[in-house]
Amino acid sequence: MTGLLWLLLPLLAALGWSVGRARARALAGDPSDAGSRIELHSLPGHYGQFVLIWAALPPLAVLVLATVFGGALVDGWVASQIEASGLLDGSKSAEQVLVEVRAGLALLEGEGASLVHVQASDALARVEGTLDLAVVGAFAVAAAAGLYFSRRRITIALRARNHVERALHIALLFSSVVAVLTTIGIVVSLFFEAMRFFQLVSPAEFFFSTEWSPQTALRSDQVGSSGAFGAVPVFAGTLLITAIAMSIAGPVGLMAAIHLAFYASESARSWIKPLLEVIAGIPTVVWGSFAALTLGPQVRVLGEALGLQVASESALAAGVTMGVMIIPFVSSLSDDALNAVPRSLREGSLAMGATESETIRKVMVPAALPGIVGAFLLAVSRAIGETMIVVMAAGLAANMTANPFEAVTTVTVQIVTLLTGDQEFDSAKTLAAFALGLTLFFVTLALNLVALRVVRTFREEYE
Amino acid sequence: MSSSPSNDAATRAAEGRIQERYRTERLFQAAGVAAIGFALFALLALLVSITYQSSSALSHTYVELEVELDADTVDPRGDGSPESLAAGGYSRPLRNALRARFPEVSGRKNKRRLNALLSDGAEYQLRDAVLADPGLVGQTASFVLPMSDDVDLLLKGDIDRNVAESDRKLTDLQIEWVDALVADGAVSHEWNTGFLTNGDSREPELAGMQGAIRGSLLTLLVTLLLSFPVGVAAAVYLEEFAPRNRFTDLVEVNINNLAAVPSIIFGLLGLAVFLNVFGMPRGAPIVGGIVLALMTLPTIIIAGRAALLAVPPSIREAALGVGASPTQAVLHHVLPQALPGILTGTIIGMARALGETAPLLMIGMVAFIADLPSGLSDPSTVLPVQIFLWNDAPERAFVARTSLGIVVLLGFLVAMNAAAVWVRSRFETRY
Repeated sequence: MTGLLWLLLPLLAALGWSVGRARARALAGDPSDAGSRIELHSLPGHYGQFVLIWAALPPLAVLVLATVFGGALVDGWVASQIEASGLLDGSKSAEQVLVEVRAGLALLEGEGASLVHVQASDALARVEGTLDLAVVGAFAVAAAAGLYFSRRRITIALRARNHVERALHIALLFSSVVAVLTTIGIVVSLFFEAMRFFQLVSPAEFFFSTEWSPQTALRSDQVGSSGAFGAVPVFAGTLLITAIAMSIAGPVGLMAAIHLAFYASESARSWIKPLLEVIAGIPTVVWGSFAALTLGPQVRVLGEALGLQVASESALAAGVTMGVMIIPFVSSLSDDALNAVPRSLREGSLAMGATESETIRKVMVPAALPGIVGAFLLAVSRAIGETMIVVMAAGLAANMTANPFEAVTTVTVQIVTLLTGDQEFDSAKTLAAFALGLTLFFVTLALNLVALRVVRTFREEYE
Repeated sequence: MSSSPSNDAATRAAEGRIQERYRTERLFQAAGVAAIGFALFALLALLVSITYQSSSALSHTYVELEVELDADTVDPRGDGSPESLAAGGYSRPLRNALRARFPEVSGRKNKRRLNALLSDGAEYQLRDAVLADPGLVGQTASFVLPMSDDVDLLLKGDIDRNVAESDRKLTDLQIEWVDALVADGAVSHEWNTGFLTNGDSREPELAGMQGAIRGSLLTLLVTLLLSFPVGVAAAVYLEEFAPRNRFTDLVEVNINNLAAVPSIIFGLLGLAVFLNVFGMPRGAPIVGGIVLALMTLPTIIIAGRAALLAVPPSIREAALGVGASPTQAVLHHVLPQALPGILTGTIIGMARALGETAPLLMIGMVAFIADLPSGLSDPSTVLPVQIFLWNDAPERAFVARTSLGIVVLLGFLVAMNAAAVWVRSRFETRY
């Protein structure tokens, strides 16, 4: 029903626009008759837009409110009706009955479905019908009132353009606030869920205990019934994989940037740079598949040839692949930093008889160091937050090890594992994912802010 | 003129040092070449291994069988209506056809193994053929039907015949039957067109990407409809109208930081807010689209601001000079000039959103869904998630499907990036 109303909105907008414009034209009088013609403040189109805004925005607000709050409203209302009916036998709450009705249980004759389900199903249909009617009514009233009153406001005194432009500015301002709202949404939602987790598990255990086994048992007498939520092994695994990745991406990215900035010819640069960017453009799920299906088995073969014990989901395969993926981050940012160093420094050093490599190592890289450090920090932040490669190629076992041939797990892997199974939303297990997410968010945020600060504060000014 | 011996030694030492320095220089340069070589080699290895692995999924093995369509079995009501034909049993005619081809097979176990040579999809294909031509009922006709994924792998050499019987998926007897069929010339390889037209399936030979492609299109549609207007509006505000104050600084810092937030965090936001607070449907393109739109927004805003900044002030001033209001100057003159740059940024943002997996796992787009999604709130999956699911599937034949899925995904990405390059070169004005 409301879907149809959404489709009506553009029609309403078009109607408002043409009504407003026609009204303005009528006010202005016959264009061919100079005597009766009145000069309006704005163009006829502005009056059209003025009515359009008033005719379309209030109904739009009605629809948005109905979409956002309608579901909760219906649920609450129906639940209270079920409780009032007195048919609940205490084994199920009204909410559970409602969920079962939504799942179509009332339609199935016999087992599970009972009188209360039938009643609830009727109540649901009734309430939904009422709400639909209310929405349609509110929509019609809002549209008609907006259209009528805004059209009546069109007089010679109305400065339609100013109104329209002010509305537009508010819309623009609101759009730029969406990004801020997103950040607030992230922080608030992660924070609240994490707080609920910390009511079940103390922060001290989470941050300092070394036992991670979030699988909570269904029955209390099973082994490991409580689950252990010491995230240290998870953090350690993340650090190990990040370290492996950076030990690839750091040197390779920096040397590639140096080569591109100082040695490569213009033509070589013009095709090598885009190719390096392609590496960053390939979706991470593709790199993950490569790590799991191609590189992982190779690492295993290699390790066994060297007589080593290699886990089938070794940290090495995931780390190396991630390292390759973040090479372009290091190289393009380092390249920018190196290119920002004034030519005079390089030429001065070369003129003193230093070779190119001595100039680079002793003059250019130190001068560009803040930018390079910033690039490395951003790459680390990227590696910590990277998800698909580790989900597909690293393991689930929370081992505390520095051996790259063993399987380790990471923060992102645990978040995915904890939240993709079928479980209740309020268990410690799922809430733990939000605690990990909050940690991840603040660590990457801190790295990004520090990277920006390093670049700004320690940049050498040469001009 | 003679030089003293000590001078000679000093010169030699100096020459040695110079040689040493030059050697360091060459090594340093070689290290740079090696670094670039390593990165490009990794890229090449990725592309080659995917192309190589995907090749075996390009075709599938079919067998031609004489099938007797017994009227009682396939037309249970006997009226030849589509409903009756759809309700008919099609596995028995197939079993009989195989039995007729290999009359010597006896014993339940061996008969079952014989039946296992055909794909589970063969009976549906037979049913579709009969539905398309009801005149086939009661007749014996020859059909080309898909064989099972294991037979396909065997004939493509991916199952090693020399391995012990217990270690492979096909028994010696089954291999014998397959070889007999091949010797008859009944076996053929045909293009795996179902890969693009079928939905997902547990059977590798029936699995296709159509569901994921539709899911991706629906999701990207939502993402585009939300992130493009909001992103452009935010860019216009920040670049053209925003006063220079604390609040604007906050918004700018915030957008830059948002661009660097790990994508999985956006998934957690979607799960906590859109699914649990607003009660939106799990795994639906509408939720995925909103989450990806929030993620893409910083990209579009940053690209949009750069494009607006590149429009020379003279355009603005000329518009203001002939009496346009500041809003008119921006909307009628500056924004159209900046649009190619904004579009390029948007397409690149969309390409990134298309390849994004992690946040969509969080909001439940990870379930096995065989039906094709038809609406914004149907549970669905998207291309990268489909690749992720196949990557985890235990059947050997899914390895090739995973790689072919990657080829399809990369194809879409290449097309989108090519479109971005084309838009830039075709419409961009340089000053």
